[in-house]
Amino acid sequence: MTTSDPQDRYYAGIRMVHFDLVKELVLALVAVSVLVIGLAGVLSSPDDPAVTIQTWATKDPVDFVTTATSELSGQSGTAQYGPPYTNTPDAAQAVGPIAPQAWAGVSTPIDTAQDFVLLPLGIAAVGNPTLTAALHTYHAASPDQQQTWLTNYTTALANATVVNDQVSVAAGDYGPVPDLMANMLGLARTGALDGLLLRSGTLFQTDFTLPLLFLGDGNYLSGLAADQHLTGDQWGMMNETGSYPGQTWLWLFSFWYQIPPFNTASNTDLVVIILMIVLTALLALVPFIPVLRDIPRWIPVYRIIWRRYYRGR
Amino acid sequence: MPETNPKPRAEHSSWTLATRRFLERRLPLTNLLPDRQPYYVGSWVYVFGVVAIAALIWVVGSGVVLAFFGPQWWHESSVGRFVNSLHLWSVQVFFAFMVLHLWGQYFMAGWRDGRAATWMVGVVIFAVSIVAAFTGFISQQNFDGEWIAVNAKDATNAAGIGSFFNVLNFGQMYGLHIMLLPVMVVTLVVAHVVLVRMHGVVRPIESKQTARPADEERAS
Repeated sequence: MTTSDPQDRYYAGIRMVHFDLVKELVLALVAVSVLVIGLAGVLSSPDDPAVTIQTWATKDPVDFVTTATSELSGQSGTAQYGPPYTNTPDAAQAVGPIAPQAWAGVSTPIDTAQDFVLLPLGIAAVGNPTLTAALHTYHAASPDQQQTWLTNYTTALANATVVNDQVSVAAGDYGPVPDLMANMLGLARTGALDGLLLRSGTLFQTDFTLPLLFLGDGNYLSGLAADQHLTGDQWGMMNETGSYPGQTWLWLFSFWYQIPPFNTASNTDLVVIILMIVLTALLALVPFIPVLRDIPRWIPVYRIIWRRYYRGR
Repeated sequence: MPETNPKPRAEHSSWTLATRRFLERRLPLTNLLPDRQPYYVGSWVYVFGVVAIAALIWVVGSGVVLAFFGPQWWHESSVGRFVNSLHLWSVQVFFAFMVLHLWGQYFMAGWRDGRAATWMVGVVIFAVSIVAAFTGFISQQNFDGEWIAVNAKDATNAAGIGSFFNVLNFGQMYGLHIMLLPVMVVTLVVAHVVLVRMHGVVRPIESKQTARPADEERAS
């Protein structure tokens, strides 16, 4: 007997049985519903509040002031980042001639001194003659003089203490920098800096690039993350706060960040991304790659899966 | 002069007809919703894909509710928190069973006999789902989302995509998460299921087949 249906011909010699696909889907949906509702009801979901600049400046004022000073001096992580934020030479990651970060260029230009410190202070200086004078002194100084003040102040911050909620350092040649930083700290503690870094010239705003970069430059945020095992060298990409499973499917991506030579390279991110792209392409192309497509025949897991079939032969 | 019968009018052709004939030939309803399957389909491995689809239904449903009430709702409302928990756990179940399905199909060499496209679409679903989940974790607007965004920017910037895929831009991540990426995942899953039904489940490894459909089609 012949048939025109390719599937009938494909299954020639195979016993066909009744099978209710729709019933299977409905039963699966019921089982998943019980599982998901149960997990959600018993385990809920994590929701630790986001860290604000206000929180940071209140809980760790020395780290806040140290970071703000590095933004002003152009020594922070963002100031030295390279594309897409700055034109810092040799900052972009590359693997030989492959340099997508440099190819993409500076699409979100950020001047950390202006964007993170001087522009917010300029807004806050309205009606504040002390701050206005400090800013005037800073702007009137030569770049070399500014860097001398900032270098001296940065060095002194290593031994800074907090006295009466203010960051205190040993006496030295800092120019107006301590005044600027005291105002930055005050601005941050009121919560105003969180808003000032979101200014966009329009009422609505959904882009948190500036405040997140500023927060990321300090040690406070990363310290909290390390406490929760969320940093890159702690398998953090696949973790979530608390004991929740997080993005466990990123285990292989995270794995490369834990072992040499990846975790010691200066271009780790690009190397890992290229590796994962190659591995994903290999996975997609398994049907065409000898050895990879033959492994299932060599490791007879299929004999367990289709044991009824092989038992009946 | 004897009268001759008029020639039967040649059936006209069109893209619509060609599409209909293709679907009738390759995807008849009896294949799309078959009531009979090879007896070896009664293995638990075949359940993994269906459970992943069931979990995806929960992912989309809970996501629609969360999107309707806005990104702040679940932080302020106990009901919202519960819906967010449904979303989180259905995503976990979706990925767990998708991975089980993937490994199952690998060890069954499910790409055999003209099913390579089905396998490849499945891998693309896995990859797009990872991006969809990643944008979701970033869009949480809590400490997790904040830290993941700060940390992940280095990878996206190193890859050169940070200039148009800015993980620090909540608006962009949220928009991608609730619209484009779910549409892509669902569309790809539909295409995957259609491919599965077009070809049917693969025969067991080393099973002798009298003739492969593709061979017969080429011979005819």
